[in-house]
Amino acid sequence: MTFPAIDWIAVLPLLLVACLGVVCLGVGLFVDDDEVLGWGALVGLGVTFITTAVLIGQHGSAFNGTLVLDGYALFFDLLILAVGCVVVLMSMSYVEETGIGAGEYYALLLFALSGMIVMASATDLILIFLGLEVMSISVYILAGAWRTQMRSNEAAMKYFLLGAFATGFLLYGIALIYGATGATRIDVIADKLGGVIDRHLLLAGVAMLLVAFGFKVAAVPFHMWTPDVYEGAPTSVTALMAVAVKSAGFAAFTRVFLRGFGGLHADWSMLLWVLAVATMTVGNVLALAQHNIKRMLAYSSIAHAGYILVALTAGGPTGGAAALFYLLAYAGMNLGAFGVVLALGRRGEPHEEIDDYAGLGFRSPLLGAAMAIFMLSLTGIPPLAGFAGKIYVFTAAVREGYYALAVIGVINSVISAGYYVRVLVVMFMTPGAVDVVRASRRPYLFTSIVFSAVVTVLIGVFPAPWLELARLSFLSQP
Amino acid sequence: MVPTSWYLALSAVLFAIGAVGVLVRRNIIVVFMAIELMLNAVNLTFVAFARQLGTIDGQVIVFFVMTVAAAEAAVGLAIIIAAFRNRPTVNADELAVLRW
Repeated sequence: MTFPAIDWIAVLPLLLVACLGVVCLGVGLFVDDDEVLGWGALVGLGVTFITTAVLIGQHGSAFNGTLVLDGYALFFDLLILAVGCVVVLMSMSYVEETGIGAGEYYALLLFALSGMIVMASATDLILIFLGLEVMSISVYILAGAWRTQMRSNEAAMKYFLLGAFATGFLLYGIALIYGATGATRIDVIADKLGGVIDRHLLLAGVAMLLVAFGFKVAAVPFHMWTPDVYEGAPTSVTALMAVAVKSAGFAAFTRVFLRGFGGLHADWSMLLWVLAVATMTVGNVLALAQHNIKRMLAYSSIAHAGYILVALTAGGPTGGAAALFYLLAYAGMNLGAFGVVLALGRRGEPHEEIDDYAGLGFRSPLLGAAMAIFMLSLTGIPPLAGFAGKIYVFTAAVREGYYALAVIGVINSVISAGYYVRVLVVMFMTPGAVDVVRASRRPYLFTSIVFSAVVTVLIGVFPAPWLELARLSFLSQP
Repeated sequence: MVPTSWYLALSAVLFAIGAVGVLVRRNIIVVFMAIELMLNAVNLTFVAFARQLGTIDGQVIVFFVMTVAAAEAAVGLAIIIAAFRNRPTVNADELAVLRW
């Protein structure tokens, strides 16, 4: 019996993160110090990030070509690992204050990250399914990690039931595509699109996959779970869900649809068009009505998924590069916003109502300024990352002839100003009384907020190299 | 021999029953069973296509699906028990701390 040759380079990032998770789980049994475990996870992720960065430019494939290491995979690996580092930084004080078991918390976080890395690197639908499940099952548990809180239980339950429901659709889609083309490899499917195949079966499968990915990236009308789960889950986990899970979802979504089903663009672009418009509009309009900041950010994350869907609708290298760039910009500003939400909470008092932000700009200028950067960037005000992201997305739409889509996108950006700017008004123009824990008592959390703010400004001021990176990454797919 | 389309029709019906079950039933355990039904309907589709195409892939995939379904069942039941400890109910409508 012989084993297929494995190119270890191709699985190195995945292997490091998964092993780190196992080690974390084991060490967590004996070590009771939350901070030591947090540092372990952070240093491990940092080492993995550097190792992965060294691999830039390399190509490799493993497991009979179902898992590849190309620029596209590296782009998302690095994004996911960086987000992982920031989330660990944010979790350090939070895990201690909430009494969540640190060993299993960090271990599950790392397992979720390893699932995301599989999703970014997989070129086979079955491997994408496996990565998605490794990620999702870990995040189901993380959402319910604050076991004594009813709302955390409820968030986990809702996320689990709807996530498993979506898994059913994903698998049925894969089964139908397998039946129509006889393959689950994305490149083989792409080659067979022009041949004699059962078209109805294939399109039914594509539609099923669209439903499943729609659930994972929270696109309307598959978004019902998002506000409840984002509000109920521990805030650090919400940050992970809003940024990393969505990025991994889009990594697989983009690879499958633009690379695998690129030949069917005419068939699915109309569906995606409707999905994009519905997602942007519903997300932004419902966000206007929210009082809870986590719920507002949940609807805002739905709206941002809509902007990325605009880029996917446009398709081609321009749309793909715009989608990748947008995810990069979105990661910085959204992580930071959740960091500020964490910073305002304290033991037993989450302070998650938007009214709790009253006067924050004067009592804590650092937090106020950071939150202002994130909110303005999410609105799309120059010279911040969100502005550059929207410019590229709408330019891609116009270039491919989707004028109406671009116009609807711009109108939506204007609507979104309504709720983002409201936070600013509350912070800087209303007197308030909520005390903030001093920065020196939560050094890790404040480091993560400052880091996110710097990244948001940096990407916004110098967008060109990042866009070039996104473009090269997208084009490097085999 | 029974033609493949019969198996596909059966699995489509099973999948639809599962999907409708998830949407209309309010007992969380029953919803969970409906999801399992959907996954098993998919397994039947994979096996039927593997037979039709004469490749082994579809049958191998079924093992993956079964493994993942087992992991999902373990986690799902644990979540249901964790919630049950805080509030003894398995009715989805009564889980409404967060607006559904």
